[in-house]
Amino acid sequence: MLTKRIIPCLDVKGGRVVKGVQFLELRDAGDPVEIAERYDLEGADELTFLDITASSDQRDTIVDVVRRTAERVFMPLTVGGGIRCVDDIRRLLNAGADKTSINTAAVDRPDFVREAAERFGSQCTVVAIDARRVPGENRWQVYTHGGRKPTGLDVVEWAALMEAYGSGEILLTSMDCDGTKDGYDLKLTRAVVDAVSIPVIASGGVGNLEHLYDGFTTAGASACLAASIFHYREYTIGEAKEYLRNKGVEVRL
Amino acid sequence: MIAIIDYGMGNLRSVQKGFEKIGSEAIITDDPKVVLRAERIVLPGVGAFRDCMHNLEQGGFVEPILKVINEGRPFLGICVGMQLLFTDSVEFGLYSGLNVIPGHVLRFPDQMTVAGEKLKVPQMGWNQLCFTRRPPAFNGIDDGSNVYFVHSYYVKPDDSSVVATTTDYGIEFCSSIWKDNVVATQFHPEKSQAIGLQILKNFAELK
Repeated sequence: MLTKRIIPCLDVKGGRVVKGVQFLELRDAGDPVEIAERYDLEGADELTFLDITASSDQRDTIVDVVRRTAERVFMPLTVGGGIRCVDDIRRLLNAGADKTSINTAAVDRPDFVREAAERFGSQCTVVAIDARRVPGENRWQVYTHGGRKPTGLDVVEWAALMEAYGSGEILLTSMDCDGTKDGYDLKLTRAVVDAVSIPVIASGGVGNLEHLYDGFTTAGASACLAASIFHYREYTIGEAKEYLRNKGVEVRL
Repeated sequence: MIAIIDYGMGNLRSVQKGFEKIGSEAIITDDPKVVLRAERIVLPGVGAFRDCMHNLEQGGFVEPILKVINEGRPFLGICVGMQLLFTDSVEFGLYSGLNVIPGHVLRFPDQMTVAGEKLKVPQMGWNQLCFTRRPPAFNGIDDGSNVYFVHSYYVKPDDSSVVATTTDYGIEFCSSIWKDNVVATQFHPEKSQAIGLQILKNFAELK
């Protein structure tokens, strides 16, 4: 039986791991390769790097981080941030990434997702969605450019469209919850999980282990992404998995 | 020497680093002549079957691959590199493969359900191996070991005696095969941490 995945996320800026609160106030959290190795030993199921600088002149930095990481750890790596063309994807895959996640470029030109999926396969084409609740309503809007720019797109409809374009997985981040440690946006996540037949990764807001459990069960996520609870060693990944297994969630220990 | 075939697809560096980690030298090559000289051959693969097959043909790899397999040299196919060994695949249409292993590459059925939740396609993540046979390439690997999968399509050999392991994802599918000198895995050994590295080591030591 397929196990539920725990994915530590490393936000990388200028070759360092940083962590922000609601996409702002960045703090240094260490060297990406060292942190990746620690998570590998702790039994993380995958790693995600989000390149949050992602200006075109710094693309080489993240490629180098991926290359050095892939030399040391033998587990799946997803890389996102600033991916704009098929050649960006090719370079990251050649450096050792397994999946690339597309965010702003998908909104700018949805056909890019189709081209990526046809060229490299749906299984390595992740669409990342930054979602924010529309005040007073039970729906969410897609934001781009690191959460700065509203698009007017409805998140649930957008996720379904991206599946139709060939995306193999959705990385769904709640901007309302990100950095709050109050838990995932379970309603948002459940709405997207039910709208698509591809895996959904819950992201944004995890503050304790119960939040992971809720993400897998109440929201039905295939994977839970978390950053600060692991970076600052509030919990190890092993502790998180023990907790989940004891509560009846299938995990790899 | 182990040759990893570079045909413009796939996570070649990870496979190469995996072999380096276990102390074996592996080269990445886009030259069919190097493949013909290699002692062991690895065909990785990420991407769509049709494009992979097209690139193999354009790169002049089809004849060399068939030749080294017929000569009995150890051959490892990974993910789409496994699927390419089959007769055909239904991904994006019906496309012919290398037909080394008679059989078909099929898509997971839609609407599979387990415990009230719809199973997602692609299958993405860690799932268990259930051994039906014990290929030397899997020495030291326990039944029930977790390995990493990322795929929407799976192989169905005509001759079920080539199946080495099955895995449960709504259906029991063939997650690896073994036929003479050919071993192939739907999962990614190079992404399966210590268990995967053990498989690469076993392959590098196959007689």
